[in-house]
Amino acid sequence: MEQKPPSNTPIYTEFHPRWYRRHVSVYWWLGQRQYLKFILREVSSVFVAWFVVLTLLQLRALRVGPEAYARFVHWLEHPATIVFNVICLFFVIFHAITWFNLAPRAMAVKFRGKRLPEIFISAPNYAMWIVVSVGVAWMVLR
Amino acid sequence: MTDTIIVEIPRYSPEQDTEPHFQRYEVPVYKEWVVLDALNYIKDEVDGSLTYRWSCRMGICGSCGMMVNGEPKLSCATFLSAYARNGDRIRVEPLRYFPVVRDLVTELTDFLAKLKKVKPWLMRENERELAQGEFLQTPEQLEEYKQYSMCINCTLCYAACPVVGLDPTFVGPAAIALAQRYNKDSRDQGAGERLAILEHPEGIWGCTFVGECTRVCPKHVDPAGAIQQYKLTAALDWIKSFVMPLGRKNKDVDDGAKAA
Amino acid sequence: MARSSSEPILWTLFSAGGVVAALLVPVHLFLFGVALPLGWLRAPSYEHLMALAQLWPVRIYLFLLCSLPLFHWAHRFRYTLYDGLRVKHLNEVIFTLCYGGAVAGTLLAGYLIWSS
Repeated sequence: MEQKPPSNTPIYTEFHPRWYRRHVSVYWWLGQRQYLKFILREVSSVFVAWFVVLTLLQLRALRVGPEAYARFVHWLEHPATIVFNVICLFFVIFHAITWFNLAPRAMAVKFRGKRLPEIFISAPNYAMWIVVSVGVAWMVLR
Repeated sequence: MTDTIIVEIPRYSPEQDTEPHFQRYEVPVYKEWVVLDALNYIKDEVDGSLTYRWSCRMGICGSCGMMVNGEPKLSCATFLSAYARNGDRIRVEPLRYFPVVRDLVTELTDFLAKLKKVKPWLMRENERELAQGEFLQTPEQLEEYKQYSMCINCTLCYAACPVVGLDPTFVGPAAIALAQRYNKDSRDQGAGERLAILEHPEGIWGCTFVGECTRVCPKHVDPAGAIQQYKLTAALDWIKSFVMPLGRKNKDVDDGAKAA
Repeated sequence: MARSSSEPILWTLFSAGGVVAALLVPVHLFLFGVALPLGWLRAPSYEHLMALAQLWPVRIYLFLLCSLPLFHWAHRFRYTLYDGLRVKHLNEVIFTLCYGGAVAGTLLAGYLIWSS
């Protein structure tokens, strides 16, 4: 705090008015389109986790034997499972696109003293996405 | 385009009210008028008790930040005609996530304390003698931090960031961008000290990269980018401290002397 | 704060998981979750998949495919619970459930992959 003023000057006390504080609702994320898109992006992580569960189930079925794997494949062909996995796929692709579009912001790559435009980082990411996807599909379907 | 527009403003007087109540004013629409002109018109001609901050009226002082139809904007940089084209009313409110002192005026003490917390000044481990002369800086070295030095402390980014609203202890976009402005300055040697202050959940780790701060910034400071780069620096720093435990964490090279 | 020292590694795992999830999960989910069940492509035989799963590079690949996205989910979900539902007062419980879940999934993946 400040030092005490000389005795012949008036003493001021701070006036503290009653501030109004607006309460932030639990549904804050519904208030704006950008907030909703953000929450959907974050929720996509749940569908990514679901994919891992699916893969763990697949690995377990593989490990047990051909009949178990056939049962697993049969479960995958159930309409409800397919519908859920399609929804899951949308969210997973949403994650990939938002990730590749945002990743350049975290990396300031310099080339000849100037910062590279973001497309130079996101485009190779998209290219790698395509290459890796084709590679995996080829390995699996061969 | 209509000739007049209704401006809705929440009025709050701390001595009389416990809650704001909306008041409507009819304001003429001129092609070159901004929201600040409308507020000045209201204060001059209609209701002198309307209270709001403004100063330079040209987007450099950072005083006139307000919510215009739910978007954080500088009232001196927001044209009335854009809203008059799409309807007959416009809602002007105080910036979100700040306590309201009166009408459109927000309480900024907490924000200023957060700015101060990141030590926004050049910190040196070894002081230069006056006889050694001034620090020299190349244009490339200036480019490293120049964007972050453009901040006018208008707090639009705080009004846009949901984490600021949900966690009052979060240091916030402008403060972290300001820390990066000094971290990236070749004359500064305080990056380690600032990292120790900010590598907490209320510092850089509180940010979830919503990205709204960058979208609303009138000076294109890109605080979101600054924070993500800071996270990457902190993570690499942490990895380095494992892989090379004897290496120094701080930037200890006297870059200023290099060019002298 | 004890949490400050663990955030860098958690964020690094989150980022690594995010990259793996972005690059690899879409094609895997498309193949096994949509295209093969719908019969759009000829299904690989059990023997072919088992043969692939014996190769050590494939095992490492599968382990990373299962483990890293779980850490990505754990980190993101933890913050979503803080921000979305504003349950920060439960943060010890949430922290344990999220990262504990990721660790459990990782261990399970390791067991399933290397014991077949």
